[in-house]
Amino acid sequence: MSDHDKIYSTKFQDKVERNTLLMFVMTAFAVAIGGIVEIVPLFYLPNTGMASSDGTYNNTQHKDLDGNVIPMDKIVWNPATSEHKTLDDWQPGDGVRPYTALETAGRNVYIREGCFLCHSQMIRPFRDEKDRYGHYSIAEESMYDHTYQWGSKRTGPDLARLAGKYSDEWHLRHLRYPRDLVPESVMPNYFWLQDKGVNVAETVETLKVMTIMPFNPVPKSIYTDEYIAGAAAQLEGKTDMDALIAYLQSLGNHVKFEEGVNYRD
Amino acid sequence: MEATQATPVKYDMKVVRWFTIMAAVYAVVGTLIGVYVASELAWPFLNFDTEYITFGRLRPLHTNAVIFAFGGCVLMGTGFYMVQRTGATKLWSNGLAWFTFWGWNLIIVLAVVTLPLGMTTGKEYAELEWPIDILIAVVWLAFGLNHIMTVAIRKTSHIYVSNWFTMGMIVMITYLHVVNSMAIPVSLTNSFSIYSGVQDAMIQWWWGHNAVGFYLTGGFLGIMYYFVPKQAGRPVFSYRLSVLHFWALTFGYVWLGAHHLQYTALPDWTGSLGAAISLAMIIPSWGGAMNGMMTLSGAWDRLRTDYILRFLVVSLAFYAMSTFEGPVMSIKTVNALSHYTDWTVGHVHSGALGWMAMVAFGAMYHMIKKLYGVEKMYSEGLVNVHFWLATIGTVVYVVAMWVSGIMQGLMWRDYDEYGTLTYTFVESVAAMHPYYAMRAVGGAIFNLGAWIALYNIVMTVRTANAVRGANAVPANA
Repeated sequence: MSDHDKIYSTKFQDKVERNTLLMFVMTAFAVAIGGIVEIVPLFYLPNTGMASSDGTYNNTQHKDLDGNVIPMDKIVWNPATSEHKTLDDWQPGDGVRPYTALETAGRNVYIREGCFLCHSQMIRPFRDEKDRYGHYSIAEESMYDHTYQWGSKRTGPDLARLAGKYSDEWHLRHLRYPRDLVPESVMPNYFWLQDKGVNVAETVETLKVMTIMPFNPVPKSIYTDEYIAGAAAQLEGKTDMDALIAYLQSLGNHVKFEEGVNYRD
Repeated sequence: MEATQATPVKYDMKVVRWFTIMAAVYAVVGTLIGVYVASELAWPFLNFDTEYITFGRLRPLHTNAVIFAFGGCVLMGTGFYMVQRTGATKLWSNGLAWFTFWGWNLIIVLAVVTLPLGMTTGKEYAELEWPIDILIAVVWLAFGLNHIMTVAIRKTSHIYVSNWFTMGMIVMITYLHVVNSMAIPVSLTNSFSIYSGVQDAMIQWWWGHNAVGFYLTGGFLGIMYYFVPKQAGRPVFSYRLSVLHFWALTFGYVWLGAHHLQYTALPDWTGSLGAAISLAMIIPSWGGAMNGMMTLSGAWDRLRTDYILRFLVVSLAFYAMSTFEGPVMSIKTVNALSHYTDWTVGHVHSGALGWMAMVAFGAMYHMIKKLYGVEKMYSEGLVNVHFWLATIGTVVYVVAMWVSGIMQGLMWRDYDEYGTLTYTFVESVAAMHPYYAMRAVGGAIFNLGAWIALYNIVMTVRTANAVRGANAVPANA
């Protein structure tokens, strides 16, 4: 302390500094507030992609250009109201859906290899990102992504709307030896993925776990008992490479976006 | 401590010695892995087509090694050192401190084994899988309980400011680790977050930014408030400024995480709130930096001869710089350019290398001399060499990332006269190559300094032990 300071700043601060318990409690209180204010509302406010039990997604209302509310089952696939009733029948544009068994296996590979460290899956609402990647990402699109994959760095390009942009054959060649197709690429070679069979047991377990998540679980009407029972057969003979390509080909074509509609409010 | 009969032991410092030495080891290891992953981005053949050393698997090992192995050993070592010396008391439990030491090092070993095998939660800076997460919680609480109980049994009237910061870190990291690590396992080595999408993103960056805020900043500010006055031989410039600094940071830092998610699917209000508080944080952060700097008033001449003081002063300069840069980057218009680019990586490293590692090395040199009862390091000249290598390495690294980051941001958004994007993505990748090479060089320079520090510390310890000989006086520091 320099000479011009008093011994204490305030009487209360002095009390806190003399009392370990009081210091502990004050600190524990001070650090709790910011997180509560910023996080808790995301579980009940609209536009956060949070499924509420009444099916309104906490009153999320996307409005079309005439001001009419777009039904949420146009945004998030609902097998009960959609003309496509099962995961295998689902078509791009039917709305956000969880991943198939093979895609789930591929997503596990994506996480295992740390792809998110160089590739984002979150397109921001800017002109250049629209031109480069496509429509900006909306909250509902990652609602089934337990352990979200938005990423924080683009050493490589964003992958949020990769579905259908390249053929399976292109992905295979690119994943095996990226510099064969893109000489400037700095991505590691992943040819060895085609020598690894998918982990069937872990993938099936992943599907099951997704249905018991406390927040945004996959509805049992989608991951039906039959679907999970048949998952092992779908994964039969598939490699990590097949699975990863299936996952990449599923990214970002779920929602049919209408030009000019604001999906962020 | 075998010789306790010979001299009454005032403090439990043996565990602090070991934390300090391991910190020096992990500084070398962590930055070495960093240099390697940086080189992989510059020269991708270095992935050697081996799955265990691909960038995607090694990068989490780098971050875990520097944050939790190096940073953790520094924080726990200095935490136990400061709490004893400022409270004039031994540790509440020396046994629990050793449990903390071995437990923490076991966690580090487990990280070294599991991360290259691809066992990851996929959450940045929280990659370790659930069984290790549980172990982290147990060891962390053992550290926290021991620290807080030692504060409680202190023989001084007031709790010293360094211990406030350490306590703040203990509480906040406990909150963060528990909430962010909530996951449902599918196997012993794989699990999925119970949150998804927007909620998971916000919770992840609440964790991510506050690991920076409370662990890498708060904890290290505790170090600053003890070791700067000690090394300078002057009292803290302003006690009242330190009160303001502590409470403003403790209350305010928590809000900042949302600024990592500007323009994403996170609602705009959350990011804006995070940015607003980020800007407000410049005031207490600079107040704290000034408080450290002004502690040297009347002792500035010592920078000519005291190399440890150089580390501490430069660390404060980087602290001030980073806590200005961070809020600027949180502003939406700036973030629109900087997000997803190397600028963020540069910002993190100006904090991690320039501030955190520099203040840590200053504290480690100071402690080693006290812990082993020597007047000088084995080589004071090597401390100076380390200082310059660390400073130059950091500057080279950060400048490379500034240039590459801003260049990336500008290339991605550039339009030509026909209204089409000027550059393909891969043109931006190619343009980064010289800067990625430069970054690897900067990191290598920093790493060389860490090797020198390790050598100097080991030789100091060996010399001290040799001098003491058989009837050694235990380190009472």
